Amino acid sequence: MIETNSKIVLQGVKKAFGLKSVLNGVNLKIGRGESLVVIGGSGTGKSVLLKNILGLLTPDEGSIEIDGSSVVDLAWKERETLLRKVGMLFQNAALFDSMSVWQNITFGLAAQKPIPENEALEIAILKLAAVGLNADVARLTPAELSGGMRKRVGLARAIAGNPEILFFDEPTTGLDPIMSDVINELIVSCVKELGATALSITHDMASAKKIADRIAMLHCGEIIWTGSADQIFNSSNKYVEQFVKGRAEGPIHTEVLLP
Amino acid sequence: MAPLSTIGRSVLTFLRAIGQFFIFVTRSIIHCVIPPFYPRIFVRQIIEIGYLSLPVVGLTAIFTGMVLALQSFTGFSRFNAEGAIANVVVLSVTRELAPVLAGLMVAGRIGAAMAAEIGTMRVTEQIDALTVMSTNPFKYLIAPRVLAGTIALPCLVLIADIIGVMGGYIVSVYKLGFNPANYLHKTWEFLQPIDVISGLVKASAFGFIISLMGCYHGYTSKGGARGVGKATTSAVVSASILILGINYIVTEIFFAGSK
Ligand SMILES: Nc1ncnc2c1ncn2[C@@H]1O[C@H](COP(=O)(O)OP(=O)(O)OP(=O)(O)O)[C@@H](O)[C@H]1O
Ligand SMILES: [Mg+2]
Repeated sequence: MIETNSKIVLQGVKKAFGLKSVLNGVNLKIGRGESLVVIGGSGTGKSVLLKNILGLLTPDEGSIEIDGSSVVDLAWKERETLLRKVGMLFQNAALFDSMSVWQNITFGLAAQKPIPENEALEIAILKLAAVGLNADVARLTPAELSGGMRKRVGLARAIAGNPEILFFDEPTTGLDPIMSDVINELIVSCVKELGATALSITHDMASAKKIADRIAMLHCGEIIWTGSADQIFNSSNKYVEQFVKGRAEGPIHTEVLLP
Repeated sequence: MAPLSTIGRSVLTFLRAIGQFFIFVTRSIIHCVIPPFYPRIFVRQIIEIGYLSLPVVGLTAIFTGMVLALQSFTGFSRFNAEGAIANVVVLSVTRELAPVLAGLMVAGRIGAAMAAEIGTMRVTEQIDALTVMSTNPFKYLIAPRVLAGTIALPCLVLIADIIGVMGGYIVSVYKLGFNPANYLHKTWEFLQPIDVISGLVKASAFGFIISLMGCYHGYTSKGGARGVGKATTSAVVSASILILGINYIVTEIFFAGSK
């Protein structure tokens, strides 16, 4: 039953860079219309996990399926069709710096079919409003934005095509608490209203609690815990407990030499 | 065993790099001929490579023509063969100097710029973002540049031919006191279509190589600002050396038969 209801299924995904293995057999299922949040320490391979699903990196071993068909090593034609259903926010936004903000936001739409400039600008302004930016921003270039603004433009770009699948790599880092909450609401509404499936990465437990149907924790290249958002604050797992409470002491070694 | 395995490993790395390079070249060429095309980007690149290189290439050509006339005069007057100056200038410029010098100047100007731009896009994940928005980076970034280089450089060299001959004319007539009509007649008399055509074929090959090297080193760059710096240097150095090598080969193909 679960098989037919899963949008994204990862089985035994391994990825190493040279001798350094980052993912060590990740198993993960994301249901249709579900919002899954992946948490885990810095440098545990969360961004690498996303890139493997998107086909930007190829896993060394294991299978990744979206809608029941494998997405590893796809030919460009099939990949293009698949990627049209996907929106992605990169950790550092990755805005095209040779284009203005509105061109960035409507790039994916224009790539599918040409849209007249004034129409594109209107769409961009609507999407900017959704992430709490005003219309003046549309004509700026990415270099003229602050870090948090860039992140929000990246978010606007990710949701511009109303995609079926959304990937957010740390959507709220670098934002003030109020704006974080606006973004959380936005993600929730994308999932609830548009019926999208979302995979988000975050360090922000308040945000995780708000947007997640389910939370998974990545540690040492494996998913060591999954559970609902409520369970995470009273889980019996030592790793999860240390992470959620943000303590330096515990089973997760921080590799910091304390004086 | 240790030294052997070291040698083996470096040979394998080398072969892998060669293989990767040829795959890159094949993909670039394939995407030049298979739609969709991006005419806007192509036109922008033609302007960038062709039109904006005019001042640099024009100055190079005029000084080269001038110095050629001056040097051949001091040499040929020893044999009372001053009459051959027009001939020497036009043949050297069209066959060799205009394509090679224009090629080297454009390699410095354009090869470096391409490697830096595409390299920056690589290290800031903009190329990944392009892919995720179902736009093939080979079609969007590389094919228009390679095509524009291959087409723009012959046009530049044709102009450089004319300016170079003009430089020789200026020195011969205004400094060395030749009869203008006579000089032009001599220039025209000895010129064969093959002299110009071989130069333009060379230019086309150089334009292809310059864009290809700029794109290849940019596309494969890694490791932040430093990696982009390295890519830029490699692009210019490899393009320059290939230009000189290919120049010999094309000359051999065109003129080996004629005595
Ligand atoms: N292209 C690459 N080449 C080599 N190593 C890489 C590459 N990309 C990532 N890594 C390594 O993989 C590990 C995981 O990186 P990743 O970016 O996925 O971390 P992360 O979990 O997203 O961390 P953060 O929360 O800080 O963003 C890191 O140790 C990094 O050094
Ligand atoms: Mg990350």
